[in-house]
Amino acid sequence: MPTTAPPAHALADVTASDSTLRRFLHGLPGVDAVGLEARAASLGTRSIKTTAKAYAIDLAISMVDLTTLEGADTPGKVRALGAKAVHPDPTDRTAPTTAAVCVYPDMVAVAKEAVAGSGVKVASVATAFPAGRAALDVKLADVRDAVAAGADEIDMVIDRGAFLAGKYLKVYDEIVAVKEACGTSARLKVIFETGELSTYDNIRRASWLGMIAGADFIKTSTGKVAVNATPANTLLMLEAVRDFRAQTGIQVGVKPAGGIRTTKDAIKFLVLVNETAGQDWLDNHWFRFGASSLLNDLLMQRQKLATGRYSGPDYVTVD
Amino acid sequence: MASAPAFEYAPAPESRSVVDIAPSYGLFIDGEFTDATGGKVFKTVSPSTEEVLSEVAEASAEDVDRAVKAARKAFEKWSALPGAERAKYLFRIARIIQERSRELAVLETLDNGKPIKETRDADLPLVAAHFFYYAGWADKLGHAGFGAEPRPLGVAGQVIPWNFPLLMLAWKIAPALATGNTVVLKPAETTPLSALFFADICRQAGLPKGVVNIVTGDGRTGAALVAHPDVNKVAFTGSTAVGKAIARTVAGTRKKLTLELGGKGANIVFDDAPIDQAVEGIVNGIFFNQGQVCCAGSRLLVQESVQDELLDALKRRLSTLRLGDPLDKNTDIGAINSAEQLARITALADAGEAEGAERWSPACELPGAGYWFAPTLFTNVTQAHTIAREEIFGPVLSVLSFRTPDEAVAKANNTQYGLSAGIWSEKGSRILAVASKLRAGVVWSNTFNKFDPTSPFGGYKESGFGREGGRHGLEAYLDV
Repeated sequence: MPTTAPPAHALADVTASDSTLRRFLHGLPGVDAVGLEARAASLGTRSIKTTAKAYAIDLAISMVDLTTLEGADTPGKVRALGAKAVHPDPTDRTAPTTAAVCVYPDMVAVAKEAVAGSGVKVASVATAFPAGRAALDVKLADVRDAVAAGADEIDMVIDRGAFLAGKYLKVYDEIVAVKEACGTSARLKVIFETGELSTYDNIRRASWLGMIAGADFIKTSTGKVAVNATPANTLLMLEAVRDFRAQTGIQVGVKPAGGIRTTKDAIKFLVLVNETAGQDWLDNHWFRFGASSLLNDLLMQRQKLATGRYSGPDYVTVD
Repeated sequence: MASAPAFEYAPAPESRSVVDIAPSYGLFIDGEFTDATGGKVFKTVSPSTEEVLSEVAEASAEDVDRAVKAARKAFEKWSALPGAERAKYLFRIARIIQERSRELAVLETLDNGKPIKETRDADLPLVAAHFFYYAGWADKLGHAGFGAEPRPLGVAGQVIPWNFPLLMLAWKIAPALATGNTVVLKPAETTPLSALFFADICRQAGLPKGVVNIVTGDGRTGAALVAHPDVNKVAFTGSTAVGKAIARTVAGTRKKLTLELGGKGANIVFDDAPIDQAVEGIVNGIFFNQGQVCCAGSRLLVQESVQDELLDALKRRLSTLRLGDPLDKNTDIGAINSAEQLARITALADAGEAEGAERWSPACELPGAGYWFAPTLFTNVTQAHTIAREEIFGPVLSVLSFRTPDEAVAKANNTQYGLSAGIWSEKGSRILAVASKLRAGVVWSNTFNKFDPTSPFGGYKESGFGREGGRHGLEAYLDV
């Protein structure tokens, strides 16, 4: 497979060959798992109250990629999701919209129509999501379909088999090809499926590999495996985007996905962003939550802050 | 794109109402609170606000004598109890400490100035763990490697510092009681309150009278205690200067002595270190408890090839430290314990600057009242600088560089102290090779300031002698 022309930045030359790429990725500082998890846990003890909590809840709502990725998805379900993304809280129009709705490629057109004019983006998973086990042609066709249907963002999965086998250049070439298929209109999120990469060293390497290949976002997981986003793997990816910008000047977003269900959890992730990558990432252009049930908990907490009372699950919409 | 307002954390103070501090406290002798003979008292203040918290009795030599007599009287029965019975009391104390941990954490934060985050997540859990651990030894002393039936020493006179008031009390009292000794303990002058609350816990646990006695006061009270002829064992944690004076006092007597003194720990970062975690370890090593830690990693030795990268990361990290109200749950850096200590830190930091080292602190506003010192970093430090040799006991880090592992070891060991050291490397063989050459009582690898009751702690050279914690910690309180 011919190597596509790499994006131009300070690290472009590390992809000259499989061995230079391998040497670069293996030359990144190692990750001490105990220390990383201790740091994530310690940031998890921050106490976010009153005005800070209100700010964080609205910020978190605005960062949700409201997701439905089921075999049973129907146009009706996707339209309902789109309506919820535009007006998350029907009783309170001051609630911000979510960042995006995230659907399979065949639902992109329906989703696009549902959110039209609202500013809510449509993200589509592609590249034989979630396993990524298909020929490159098939993956690229998947991406082109979604983009043609109007997807603003593409969430691709990397070839974990190739990554674990050490074929980094193959993974790199695929990302570059998908990025090209996204064209100039769609932003690319690269999903590593961190639960399958298994070690923190691998997650750091995958992060840099994805960023060098031109990812606009690096994303933890598909939500389809046992271990998805955790504070520790997200912290690690936040360190990666911070360091990548320091080295290349290019800012890359981060999207933890799967397993974030409560406001408390979401706020912990925002604290990680605030104290690791910093203020510049506290914006839905640079940080997202891939989640579905999280939104309702955020809305209930938002109502609690506004009214002083807990409402309950019947006071938020179930779609 | 960065148009959103900053993520400012609203104040999140822990409530003071969980702790009820009396306007005055007496000495705890023979199971009762009693006034000092002569009625002398001193005030204890909150270092973060200078607010007076309480008045505490100042024990005279006469009071110390009363306390030692009470301990002597209690020793006969206490030492004769089966180990399993002593263990019951220790387990009970440990449980009460856990139950009252929030109250004690707030109290300790008020009296000491350290952040509630630390008292809640480090001090108090470790205090309870220490009592649980030694409770477990009380009926197994015959299996500890000190003979079939090792005997206690008698009355232990214990003098502890202000940096971890309740934790140092636990390190002293738990092994002493487990082995069958009785104790007279003098807490530090600036942090007497948690020891007095502990006295209340002893009563709550039904501990026999006289087994634990608390005498509050300044250095004179401590001197009277260690010089008392009927004390069999002296245990001291504190400064090297006072430790030397105690060693002179005890010399020529039959008293058994352990000293845990100062340190100038080297934290060695190799170029193959996990950099992000090393930064956390450096911060934890020198800014934990405002650097008022005898085993602090106050000298950073960094390999020249990663020095710039590491210092950039470290400075960025220091800029996120939150200094302020110690009771706020989001505070990382609290107050310095006393005006006296603040003056010492200030003088040493000024000496560092005067001798040509480059000083750096993150932008950080210090509160108006109370004793505060901004986290400080010195670069361009050499072995000849005062700040590389003397213990500062404050949030001041001296950064030195090295080129080879041999040079790192030579510099790390080139100190009159030898309490702690840290090694950061992802290469296991390097860690083992370097650790075996460091003359320090504790060597941490890829972590720093981690404590556990099962692990012995103590120093080489002027950092003292004897070990506290673990099986080794029993020896200091047994007649072996």
